[in-house]
Amino acid sequence: MAVQIPFATISQVTESAVVEDIFLTGLLQQCQIDKNQPQWLRDVRQQANSWLSRLSVPTRKDEDWRFIDLSDLTQTKFVTSSVMRANGYSPLEKTENSRMVFVNGIYNTEFSNINGLPKEVYVGDLNNLPQEYDAKEYFAQCHGAQDVFTSLNTAGGNNVTVIWANKNTIVETPIHLVFITDGESESIFTQPRMLVVGETGSSISLLEEYTGVGEYFTNAVTEVYLKENARVNHTRLQEESKSSYHIGKTAISQERDSHYTINEINLGAKLFRHNPEVLQQGEQTESNLNGLTIAMEEQTSDTHSIVALTKPCGNTNQLHKCIVGDRAHTVFNGKVFVTKEAQMTDATQLNRNLMLSPKARVDTKPELQITADNVKCAHGATVSQLEADEIFYLRSRGLDENDANQLLIDAFAAEIIDRLPLESLQTKITETIKQKVSN
Amino acid sequence: MSETILSIRNLTANVDDTPILKGVNLEINAGEVHAIMGRNGSGKSTLSKIIAGHPDYEVTGGEIIYQGESILDKEPNERANSGIFLAFQYPLAIPGVSNLDFMRVAYNAKRKYQGLEEIDTFDFEDLIEEKLEVVKMNPSFLERSLNEGFSGGEKKRNEILQMALLDPTLTILDEIDSGLDIDALRIVSDGVNQLKTPEKGYLVITHYQRLLDYIEPDIIHVMKDGEIITSGGKELALELESRGYDFLDDKSTAGVGV
Repeated sequence: MAVQIPFATISQVTESAVVEDIFLTGLLQQCQIDKNQPQWLRDVRQQANSWLSRLSVPTRKDEDWRFIDLSDLTQTKFVTSSVMRANGYSPLEKTENSRMVFVNGIYNTEFSNINGLPKEVYVGDLNNLPQEYDAKEYFAQCHGAQDVFTSLNTAGGNNVTVIWANKNTIVETPIHLVFITDGESESIFTQPRMLVVGETGSSISLLEEYTGVGEYFTNAVTEVYLKENARVNHTRLQEESKSSYHIGKTAISQERDSHYTINEINLGAKLFRHNPEVLQQGEQTESNLNGLTIAMEEQTSDTHSIVALTKPCGNTNQLHKCIVGDRAHTVFNGKVFVTKEAQMTDATQLNRNLMLSPKARVDTKPELQITADNVKCAHGATVSQLEADEIFYLRSRGLDENDANQLLIDAFAAEIIDRLPLESLQTKITETIKQKVSN
Repeated sequence: MSETILSIRNLTANVDDTPILKGVNLEINAGEVHAIMGRNGSGKSTLSKIIAGHPDYEVTGGEIIYQGESILDKEPNERANSGIFLAFQYPLAIPGVSNLDFMRVAYNAKRKYQGLEEIDTFDFEDLIEEKLEVVKMNPSFLERSLNEGFSGGEKKRNEILQMALLDPTLTILDEIDSGLDIDALRIVSDGVNQLKTPEKGYLVITHYQRLLDYIEPDIIHVMKDGEIITSGGKELALELESRGYDFLDDKSTAGVGV
């Protein structure tokens, strides 16, 4: 029996009837498409548009969406904005000269500076991409491009940021993309889009950051293509406002001997969903997925990942941790597929959940599907509370109850935070978590 | 007469509604080392946890007076900050909490309680370096997670390091000898003996007489079934060692020696 990898496919879309999803149509009408874009890009957008006409917003009846409720999102009317305020953004150290900042979806020249990056890596808008780069081969060509929110982004998105590392280019400074949304006066809709290509032997570090104020909807898509022996270290930081919605897709396609690592930190949003989807297409490929989600108050935070190993000697490690308090809800579904050809695969997956309140809710669903017969695969999930004996041990050394709890929560989070690339970022996140959990 | 550090009177306690201490009396004066021996399940470790304020135990009667004040209403951290230290039989390993950070936070909690200014990372590192000598610990242990991957002996040395740092008035050692080989036992006991001063009190809980060769007690108590059934001098430990705890089953009342 062949393994069915559940990336959204063209046949799934084209076999469905045309539907009119009012929410999606309404959003699409908001999107102004740049008239100057090349024909191929218009064709790609047109195709996504035609897929979208056959798709509707998923509901709890869809297996992959059954743990969360999108009805608050679909009942809100969003508009695109040309306002470019960005108050109170405090930039991170070490990325002063390698940063692109977008405010309400529009590139902000005041906050941005990429002078610190070598010319061997292109960082900029798709429209300005030099001729020698062939974006057509990649843009919206990733597995799963037909899924509803990805189609929406492709059809209606305007700014596409391209990060393209030439052959054997090594850039240690993290390339930092910041998406700030200000939904204070209107409910804003933005569609950040990134295309990342790491040519053979290249190595880059990427920091994708989402933040904002007020009510808004971010529908973000990032495609990452790794050629042979390329490396990408990817940090995805979601600190959206408390009343925002964030749906994100990260699609990663890897050729042989490539290494991809993502560390996702999810702290914000009223409703958050991220779909990291990795396709290993070459031998001896390595994919590491680490995640830390903190959900408090009434937040819902959902990570649905797919890792598909299709060639021999692939390797994947996944550790996703959630801290859930108040009446918040976290979801984890991690699917790992090992096809018949993917012999000698080494795959581990672990989801650990720390519940701070009896009203909090955790749904976890680790899944392994293996057709190969010579592989090493392990997966698991744990749900726990703060241990009374650990708290007593700390208190018997003089720590009060709050400090003891905080120390244990920090310790739970540290396993992921320690993997973040910059010390300034580690400190910032640790501090943010402290405030979030103690409030 | 020397100052009384700890005075326990008629202490009774339950765990999950089951009586586990049934009237314990104990008085520790400054400069004294008391040992409590007894079989597993006799209540000796429970007593140590109750003194430290473990929330699983419910005190149903009696008093614990520490330095002239009842501590029954005090939180575990208040007891710790006022100078009570319990070295755990099974120190917990907490991945992700650095040993150094943990000790700094604990040390500063005590300073704050005493109304002193907290000390910074650098000064603290100098301070802890000095204390490492007491238990002959390698500084690399400070960089590791609290007790994570430590051997039994290393965990116990880490407990004594904390004791050295926090400088308690009343030290309770709960089966500090369990799981230790002879070398580790010597290092741990040497550490305790170096820290001993005439102003402080010590309660050593053990199952075996062996530890008492290294940390010499002034008074030995034997617990059975939630009570101290007999107390005496060093000879009591030797008698227990040679005859086992069984001979106590025939004894009805306390009063050997003293």
